[in-house]
Amino acid sequence: MRKGVTTMSRHTELGLSDADAIRMYRYMLLARTIDERMWLLNRSGKIPFVISCQGHEAAQVGAAFALDPTRDYVLPYYRDLGVTLTFGQTARDVMLSGFAKKEDPNSGGRQMPGHFGSRDKHIVTGSSPVSTQIPHAVGVALAANMQGTKLVAYTSFGEGSSNQGDFHEACNFAGIHKLPVIFFCENNKYAISVPYQKEVASLHVADRAAGYGFPGVVVDGNDPLAVYEAVREAVERALRGEGSTLIEAVVYRLVPHSSDDDDRVYRSREEVEAAKRKDPLITYRAYLIESEIWTGAQDQALRQELLDEINQATAYAESAPYSDPEEALRFVYAE
Amino acid sequence: MATKLYIEAIREAMTQEMRADANVFVMGEDVGVRGGVFRATQGLYEEFGEARVIDAPLAESAIAGVAIGAAAYGMKPIAEIQFADFIMPAINQIVSEAAKMRYRSNNDWHCPLVVRAPYGGGVHGALYHSQSVEAMFYHVPGLKVVTPSTAYDAKGLLIEAIRDPDPVLFFEHKGLYRMVKDEVPDEAYTLPIGKAAIRRTGDDITVITYGLMAHYALEVAEELEKDGISTYLLDLRTVAPLDKAAILAAARATGKVLVIHEDNKTGGVGAEVSAIIAEEALFDLDAPIMRLCGPDIPAMPFSPTMERFYMLNPEKVANAMRQLAAF
Repeated sequence: MRKGVTTMSRHTELGLSDADAIRMYRYMLLARTIDERMWLLNRSGKIPFVISCQGHEAAQVGAAFALDPTRDYVLPYYRDLGVTLTFGQTARDVMLSGFAKKEDPNSGGRQMPGHFGSRDKHIVTGSSPVSTQIPHAVGVALAANMQGTKLVAYTSFGEGSSNQGDFHEACNFAGIHKLPVIFFCENNKYAISVPYQKEVASLHVADRAAGYGFPGVVVDGNDPLAVYEAVREAVERALRGEGSTLIEAVVYRLVPHSSDDDDRVYRSREEVEAAKRKDPLITYRAYLIESEIWTGAQDQALRQELLDEINQATAYAESAPYSDPEEALRFVYAE
Repeated sequence: MATKLYIEAIREAMTQEMRADANVFVMGEDVGVRGGVFRATQGLYEEFGEARVIDAPLAESAIAGVAIGAAAYGMKPIAEIQFADFIMPAINQIVSEAAKMRYRSNNDWHCPLVVRAPYGGGVHGALYHSQSVEAMFYHVPGLKVVTPSTAYDAKGLLIEAIRDPDPVLFFEHKGLYRMVKDEVPDEAYTLPIGKAAIRRTGDDITVITYGLMAHYALEVAEELEKDGISTYLLDLRTVAPLDKAAILAAARATGKVLVIHEDNKTGGVGAEVSAIIAEEALFDLDAPIMRLCGPDIPAMPFSPTMERFYMLNPEKVANAMRQLAAF
């Protein structure tokens, strides 16, 4: 059944079991399927807003897989559904957030979807002004160092966000103190409509790491195993006390920026179609099948299983109660 | 009890809290080896080392943002912004992040952060070393804004701020650092944030103020007493949250209210104080509410004539108080 040792699968070479490789795919597919459901709910008028992870799943899940959710902290950005699912959030959590219900674990229905947070799951609460979470990751790493705790603070952001002062200030601070931070840039080449060549002056976002005295790595964000390998190396480096790494995962956003965007005015359909042919859900599934650890029948069964899970989550969230209006007044300060 | 300078009280508060709690640390520009440009952190580097007294890169948003991340993780950072005028690059972090962390996470995360900054003018600091910035923040729910006027208050309120589970902006009038000296207990103690102090009671006029102006008003009140004008003086101490009950009691005590602040008039703390009184104690007033504030210009100029024109002083305060008393 299995290929011989001479043609050992890439995941095996990375020390990942077949079950790990399949679990990675499961999280990618779960993220994609939830995201697709969110769009359907939005277009049918049931939820007001969606911001998408589609096209970023391999980068997100590959990265999160290299972290330890019981040890590490993540400070994700709004597209990072693949990260937060790998860190333990569920379809139900996502739907409760989409419908802005009281039980939404991110915010109790206060924030838009994509604004993750859970102390239990080591997901630090985030906001909408981009890049503000990046110095927070440095602060988490600094605090852990001061308390003598070994961990990695992982923060992710788009290439658009890598132009903010907070990105540069945070990288510089982490570089000076050799802090265990992973700066993970999901470069999908557009800041909403503004293309890479109009937003970043260097050839690669990763080139910017040179200014901060730590390595910058470019990796194919459509390949979860390549991303896993790069992040794992950065984790090991961080835990050895050697400091931060900037990783640029090159991806493509397969859908508009958000449910309120129309990408037809700034991206050709040919470009989008070409990217869809490299969709990591397709290429990674092909890899699993080629590695003879996955079959079409298993794929169908998994899709059905995830759909059932999402259907239940959707139904649950739709009928779950909203917060009482006066809840809006709570938790401005400690009570 | 020993008398201590305002700045010594601040230093003592930080030192004692750092001794008592390993999670308390200081971070800012020049706070380490140099002990701060005003010497507020003098001696801390020697006692606690560079890991807990961090000379940060010159980047205010990182000073605030890194401190916020550390606070969220469980530390109790005291971030120093060298001059309040330079807090502007950190406003996104303070307003979008620190102030909203608890609220937006439905009480899951919080941010026990203190941001200290010297503010205020009259020290030849020109536009960018003289500003009062409290009004920019007292509008923001989720923040607490403290502006002590005495050494005793500075120590008690700073210890309270460090122990507070939410973000506190602690604005120190730089003119008070070495001008004000009063009795300060050697041991640690706290004073409640959000509580104003009655500095004196009186029957003719009420003055509501904070910071350096509390000293001017007290000095003038003692002068006016000789002329038979009796002043009730309320020192707000905290401008967010405002001590509404104390403000209303002060207004009702005399029925004539003068609000004084160095910050420019429009939208300043005095506007809110006046609105509170107008909403809830209008019929107890015997005169229109009066405000004495800095002029609505961008900031105070370097030139001594223009700086003096901007700054309030005991003479301007006395004129306003006499005018109100005569109404």
